Amino acid sequence: MADDTADGAAAAAEPPTDEIAAAVVDRFPGSVAVDSHGQPVVYVDPGVWHDVAAFLRDDQRFTQCVDVSAVDHLVDAARAEIPGVTLERFEVVANFLSHPRNRRLRTICELGDEAPTVASLTDLYPGLNFAEREVYDMFGITFEGHPDLARILMPDDWIGYPLRKDDAPARIPVVFKDDPAPR
Amino acid sequence: MSEPKVTDQEEQRLEAQTDEGAQVMTPVRGEVLGGGVLWPETDDTMILNMGPQHPSTHGVLRIMLELDGETIVRSKPVIGYLHTGMEKTGEELTYVQGGTNVTRMDYLSPLSNELVYSMAVERLLDIEVPPRAVWMRMLLVELNRMASHLLWQATNGLDLGATSMMVYGWRDRELTLRFLEKITGLRMNHNFIRPGGLAADLPDNWREDLDEICVTVEHGVREYADLLAQNPIWLERLVGVGQLTTEEAIARGITGPILRSTGFPWDLRKAQPYLAYDEVDFDVICGENGDCYDRYMVRLNEILESVKIVRQCADRMPAGDYRIQDRKVTPPPRARIDESMEALIHHFKLFTEGFRVPPGETYVPIESPRGEIGCYLVSDGTGKPVRLHIRGPSFYNLQALEPMVRGALVADAVAIVSSVDPILGEADR
Repeated sequence: MADDTADGAAAAAEPPTDEIAAAVVDRFPGSVAVDSHGQPVVYVDPGVWHDVAAFLRDDQRFTQCVDVSAVDHLVDAARAEIPGVTLERFEVVANFLSHPRNRRLRTICELGDEAPTVASLTDLYPGLNFAEREVYDMFGITFEGHPDLARILMPDDWIGYPLRKDDAPARIPVVFKDDPAPR
Repeated sequence: MSEPKVTDQEEQRLEAQTDEGAQVMTPVRGEVLGGGVLWPETDDTMILNMGPQHPSTHGVLRIMLELDGETIVRSKPVIGYLHTGMEKTGEELTYVQGGTNVTRMDYLSPLSNELVYSMAVERLLDIEVPPRAVWMRMLLVELNRMASHLLWQATNGLDLGATSMMVYGWRDRELTLRFLEKITGLRMNHNFIRPGGLAADLPDNWREDLDEICVTVEHGVREYADLLAQNPIWLERLVGVGQLTTEEAIARGITGPILRSTGFPWDLRKAQPYLAYDEVDFDVICGENGDCYDRYMVRLNEILESVKIVRQCADRMPAGDYRIQDRKVTPPPRARIDESMEALIHHFKLFTEGFRVPPGETYVPIESPRGEIGCYLVSDGTGKPVRLHIRGPSFYNLQALEPMVRGALVADAVAIVSSVDPILGEADR
């Protein structure tokens, strides 16, 4: 794993081996399929986020979306380049599971810094209600079409989004009583 | 989302605190409820908050129930009371320290959490643990599953008034916990399964203790089945209560015993085997009706399946290393530190800086006692993860409450919440 980035680039340059990932790329041009440690991953455009999920559910029999989460790459020391994908600050990640085919697939979409918004998948997979609320709560990513996009883990009057790398509630300077001067 | 102005802040805070408000359930009229009951046209419904301090909510779960008389017409689980920012903490800890954090999420099956985290780190590192570590991990996780399900038998009994079951369940769980304490040093939050293997080898005479536990638990489970499984009061409280269909369960992201109780035999240990589950013989227990009784029976019988797996692990426990011998990932033996400079350096580096993980991302799912627990791990090549996300089964399973309690009585809500087996430490993280 020493030359991980080189490995990743080589894997992405070849056509994807996973036929489901290939089907998604076929159907939605501009998507990029990669192999991430043996797992098929498709980077899709935020605009087709909902369409890809609908395609996976209706045509590819992905019965369950087990998880939706997000990543903030603001302060990454190093980030693996994926050819054909413009990397942005936020990534929304959805893990799909097909019970009849016993397969998994992960889709990732890149979102910029300014008012990150993506379509909600709750109409396709109602179980994502809590998950998308959590992402909204923690990252401030808005899911359009979510029935009840409110904070879920943090108090309702909380200001800021805790899992953003630039969120700094704990960095309020502590001044001790006999401290001669703030450092 | 624009942030509120600071001037309005105090006012808004007060309003949010005093108002029933922020979590309000918007009224829906004329909605057909489960069982063909029409939504009451009058305003005679009332909102009842069950929890967050209700003893049957197993932690700090609050469920808003809208009642028409004694019938629940709508409900909404409200969580977050136990949120401690563990995913945020995970980003501040090195990969070596990370185990101490994740183990505290689902505090009734800490070893599953450690396992899923360790497996995710190992996949990013691209390392394989030796066979003895694999089988020891399986042994520990299944013992933990026994303990977790036994505790559930106890609390479920307590919620429904079967107080003797409460005592028996805790008693047997204590047996397994005592054994886990002997192996790991702690009753809970072991931090024993670590990236690269385990913290230590099995203690002397572990086999004798294990056989005794297996016999006792097996005997116990039969007794508890005699005590409750055909008990008329028990049947009255559970059969047909809180029914869930397979379609609804899958759509709502439900996994584990709740999904299996609907008659859908999905178990990641069988479907997508990890560790060495493809080499041991066990059955996937599944129910039929998806009601509280089936969930009870599924968990009861899963204890016996775990006993089966534990026995096979003990019989086939391979000799050899219990962790990989890569000094960049696992520390050197204590004795080596006194004689080898390199060992001392490795030890020091490992426990101060930890090890570096190549950039990448991965999602590893395993079957915890409550369902699919997954770890989504993103690394940027440094010693700390960029993102550590745990897909907690309880977090998703709580969404099964709404269809289950719809049309049920308040008293049934207690049985239903209990049958979901939510661990709020994991839901809120």
